[in-house]
Amino acid sequence: MSLKESSPIRVNPDLRKEREKASFNISELTYIIDRGEDKTNRRRYLVSLALNDPDFNETNMNFLSRDEQYSSVVRRSVHIVQKLRKMKLTDLKDQFIYKAAALRGHGSIFAIHDLMLIPMLQNFATDEQKKIFLSKALNYEITGTYLQTELGHGTFVRGLETTATYDPEHQEFVINSPTLTSTKWWPGMLGKSANFAVVMAQLYSKGKHCGLQSFLVPLRSFEDHRPLPGVTLGDIGPKFGAESNDNGFCRFDHVRIPRINMLSKYATISPSGIYSAPVSDKIIYGAMVLTRITLVAAAARVLSFGCTIAIRYSAVRRQTELTPGGEEPQIIYYQSQQLKLFPPLATAYAFLFAAHNIRDRCDQIQDDIIAGNMSSIQELHGLSSAMKGFSSLSATSWLETLRLSCGGHGYSHASGFPNLYTNATALVTVEGEYSVMMLQTARYLIKCISMATSGDKLPSLALYLTSPPPAKCSARSSTDFLNLDLLVDAYTHRAFRLVSVAGKTLQSKIVSGKPHHIAWNESHIELLKAAEVHSHYYVVKNYVNSVKQLTMSQPLKSVMISLCQLYALHGIQQSAGDFLQDGYMNGNQIAMATEQMLLLLDVIRPNAVALCDAFDVPDELLGSILGRYDGNVYENMYLWAKSSPLNKTEVHESYYQYLKPMLKGSKL
Amino acid sequence: MGTFIRGLETTATYDPTTEEFVLHTPTLSALKWWPGNLGKTVTHAVVLAQLYTRGKCYGLHPFIVQLRSLENHEPLPGITLGDIGPKLGYQSNDNGFLGFDHVRIPRRGMLMKHSQVSPDGSYTKPLQQKLAYGTMVFVRVNLVMLSSYYLSQAVTIAVRYSAVRRQTEQIPGGKEPQILDYRSQQLKLFPYLAAAYAFTFTGWSTRYRYMEVQMEMNDGNMEALPELHALSAGLKAFTSYVANEGIEVCRLSCGGHGYSQASGFPELYGLATPLVTYEGENTVMLLQTARYLMKCAATAKRGGGLPGFVLYLNQRQKGQCPARSESDLLDHGLLSDAFEHRARRTVMDAAQQIDSEVAKGNPQHVAWNNCHIYLLKAASAHCHFYVVQTFVKYINDTEMSDAVRDVLTSLCQFYALHGIWQNAGDFLQDGYMNGKQLDMVQSLVGKLLDKIRINAVALVDAFDFRDELLCSKLGKYDGNVYEAMYVHDSYYKYLRPMMQSSKAKL
Repeated sequence: MSLKESSPIRVNPDLRKEREKASFNISELTYIIDRGEDKTNRRRYLVSLALNDPDFNETNMNFLSRDEQYSSVVRRSVHIVQKLRKMKLTDLKDQFIYKAAALRGHGSIFAIHDLMLIPMLQNFATDEQKKIFLSKALNYEITGTYLQTELGHGTFVRGLETTATYDPEHQEFVINSPTLTSTKWWPGMLGKSANFAVVMAQLYSKGKHCGLQSFLVPLRSFEDHRPLPGVTLGDIGPKFGAESNDNGFCRFDHVRIPRINMLSKYATISPSGIYSAPVSDKIIYGAMVLTRITLVAAAARVLSFGCTIAIRYSAVRRQTELTPGGEEPQIIYYQSQQLKLFPPLATAYAFLFAAHNIRDRCDQIQDDIIAGNMSSIQELHGLSSAMKGFSSLSATSWLETLRLSCGGHGYSHASGFPNLYTNATALVTVEGEYSVMMLQTARYLIKCISMATSGDKLPSLALYLTSPPPAKCSARSSTDFLNLDLLVDAYTHRAFRLVSVAGKTLQSKIVSGKPHHIAWNESHIELLKAAEVHSHYYVVKNYVNSVKQLTMSQPLKSVMISLCQLYALHGIQQSAGDFLQDGYMNGNQIAMATEQMLLLLDVIRPNAVALCDAFDVPDELLGSILGRYDGNVYENMYLWAKSSPLNKTEVHESYYQYLKPMLKGSKL
Repeated sequence: MGTFIRGLETTATYDPTTEEFVLHTPTLSALKWWPGNLGKTVTHAVVLAQLYTRGKCYGLHPFIVQLRSLENHEPLPGITLGDIGPKLGYQSNDNGFLGFDHVRIPRRGMLMKHSQVSPDGSYTKPLQQKLAYGTMVFVRVNLVMLSSYYLSQAVTIAVRYSAVRRQTEQIPGGKEPQILDYRSQQLKLFPYLAAAYAFTFTGWSTRYRYMEVQMEMNDGNMEALPELHALSAGLKAFTSYVANEGIEVCRLSCGGHGYSQASGFPELYGLATPLVTYEGENTVMLLQTARYLMKCAATAKRGGGLPGFVLYLNQRQKGQCPARSESDLLDHGLLSDAFEHRARRTVMDAAQQIDSEVAKGNPQHVAWNNCHIYLLKAASAHCHFYVVQTFVKYINDTEMSDAVRDVLTSLCQFYALHGIWQNAGDFLQDGYMNGKQLDMVQSLVGKLLDKIRINAVALVDAFDFRDELLCSKLGKYDGNVYEAMYVHDSYYKYLRPMMQSSKAKL
């Protein structure tokens, strides 16, 4: 059942005409996005289960205080656990869809419990530990979170200060926060919700430092939910967004836990305090890779929401008569507006296909990941870091362009953009900050260069670094720029050149006698650029492969090819300098590429609304009045505003206290 | 309805029998929406409405209308008022909506200094149509100042915090460096530090120019107004875009902590980002600037003279940038010339594109729409040149110690070179610069980062924001960041709930 057919609606005529103009079948594209018609049907079924359940109804969250928002999420999170059990819905992907719909995009208070704590117990606990903790966790007798970042330490995990000192006499660890900066800070659901945590701390035994280890620490009483002795807990205060999440802080004052509470599948400590190191500390890579992959998909998702809102609204909103007395056109008519809307639309699909591709690669080497086989994990790790950084920054910056394209109304919570943006922008810094991700990618690329120099075989994604591509772009006419292979060649050339430049810059500084870390720091400009253009190359190449290889009808294929061309040409136009600097392209070619990009805007225009409809986001999840499926924007904005809390009374209480005395006094 | 004010739908129809205007909101989309302090606070408003008298529409005119009773503050009969609901920021402002159901106001409720409606309903139009522009220019000049103000605050927070925060040992066992020492961090912050200074000087210079023009206008000379109007519209857009983007870059440069309200960034962004859309949406502003520039381009092509800052369009295009060495590229004159060249080329290019669209048989408005991309580029390049030129001129014309001059000179060089580096395509496309020169530009950007690094904290201290106004735990003058964040938090944990519950008991 399509969600949109469930209620008879009067659709805004402009929006209706847009849909009638579409040249392809929307469902066909939705099936591609979901990766199969059966998956689309399953998703729609699960979403409607949640949306039709009165237990998950919530008045507009934007009208609630933080306190009320948090309570609402707690209530719904608990309902979800109960209903999943009742329905015996055990598949993780099913659960993900159901939860997102039930919470309308807010995070469950059990999100970290489900996504981090349970997998950690499954992968890093011994059988004995599983017996004690895992069943309780699966039954939500303990609900946990994951404590890593500290007030003064984030990205550089070796710098974490929290200590776990082994006491052989009592066979216990003493968990302690020795300084203010060692206070655990930011973990989600820590402030008020979780009663249990995996705590990352520096292990000391027999006076020796044994590295960072993970410990299972109870935080709150299972009886009355009060913090346990020695544990100080709280919410870190209001944020840019994610208001319903009780991101928290936590301090430990010599808190004792039994020896069994150190996760010991790999690293162990004997009763007498003898530490034995794991085979490889790189084991954690697998988990990081998986998280980052979901973040690439998240970047595609937030962008698809943003495009849906801004493009539908641009079809409804009319502005500025073109000829005196003439009708004001829909704002989507304006080229300047199309330049704000269509490149991000093309980008949303680019990231979607990238997420599909990375997921496939991941599935292919699943067994290697579990076995900790480094050689095949490394390539995927490189790709997931690069794409996590690249996609999150690009998606969030496009989101703001899309919001601003709605004029003043984008600023109102009625548009849905403030929540969308404040949640999405966290993607740039969580799970590996942008610059750190890009510099990691650069490190990987530099390694690839040296592998190429020494004749080793390069991983497939870096294969282009083996030998220089042609030095000149072969385009002779504007239409040559529609050739997908030519576009891939351009991005390959750019990536090859700028990765090489980074390698040479670094090398020359090292040769001139600078210590490696100083040479590295002084090459940041070139290294960041290398990582960016490598990621961009991958996205374009994968986009081209996807539209070429996916089975689809001719009308749809032709639309998807136009989108792909637009993505690539927009990148060339925006980064023209990169293609001009070494003479790969000449000024005339850049002019032709720009001209062709503008022609593509006209090609995409009739299908723009349909391309958003294909994302198939129900109004309840979109959370936007500007982006409503039926386009009835103005009447619903008015209704929404009227229910704003400030409108409960005609005269606000502050009038009597302040305004009235002043207004009356001034009469004298 | 927003930017296109001629499309506003609220009407004021004159009724000569009672000598009143009847204000009416005919449709839902005609509701007044967004005005600040409208929802709950104000008693009166100046309302722009389409004036109808004797069956004819005379366009928009201002009317002063009482909205609420002065006795009990209730909305008056026929008036619908309310708050438009929560927003990204400005939560304390009751931005409101307003509708009229045939509300009658006396004839003197129309503001009649310039146009008049007589008791019998005859209409007298104003002598001088351009008067209204003066106020708009004044507002936009102030918005340039406001952009630099918000951007300076963001840079202050991020630079100070980057000097306090340490991260990632560089050699095993070594001390973790200040994150301000990382080139990648400098590359995020210093361009906006330079822009904050550039926009401050631009704001001053534009305000000074406004006052000059105002004086000329008082003497009845309106000649300079169109140029200043075009420049202020463009600069409003150019500077607010950069400020908007810069605040977010600064916030993200503080990692996760930037996301907390304790950083001050969320509120700062909420205050600053509406600059992009209010008082003239930025794209509309740039296209207005472009429209003026296209007129100038046509004049220049005809060989006619141009005034003031657009004079450069009269000059012949220079073939190539003469820089042969890195030291050449530090020359302020040479840098200013490069931006002048780019502005002239993109303006002339846009004019050319429009001509060729018209030559294809497109009506003027279609040709215009098909060339938005070139017009926006031309307007931006024009503004960018003005900012660079103003920065250079400020340093040349202002008395200061050698030490300050030295620092500002580096900052100005950095602003210009970074601008070239970021927009390399514009300088390369017509061969004005070559790849080798661009390599030198990139190398200088790196070297200037080192130079600015030394004075970065002092440069933000000079903005002289008090902690109480900066409202940021990360950007505190004393740098005691972590203590402040923890205390701040306990306020929300203990104090506020206590205050709220005691309030509830009252």
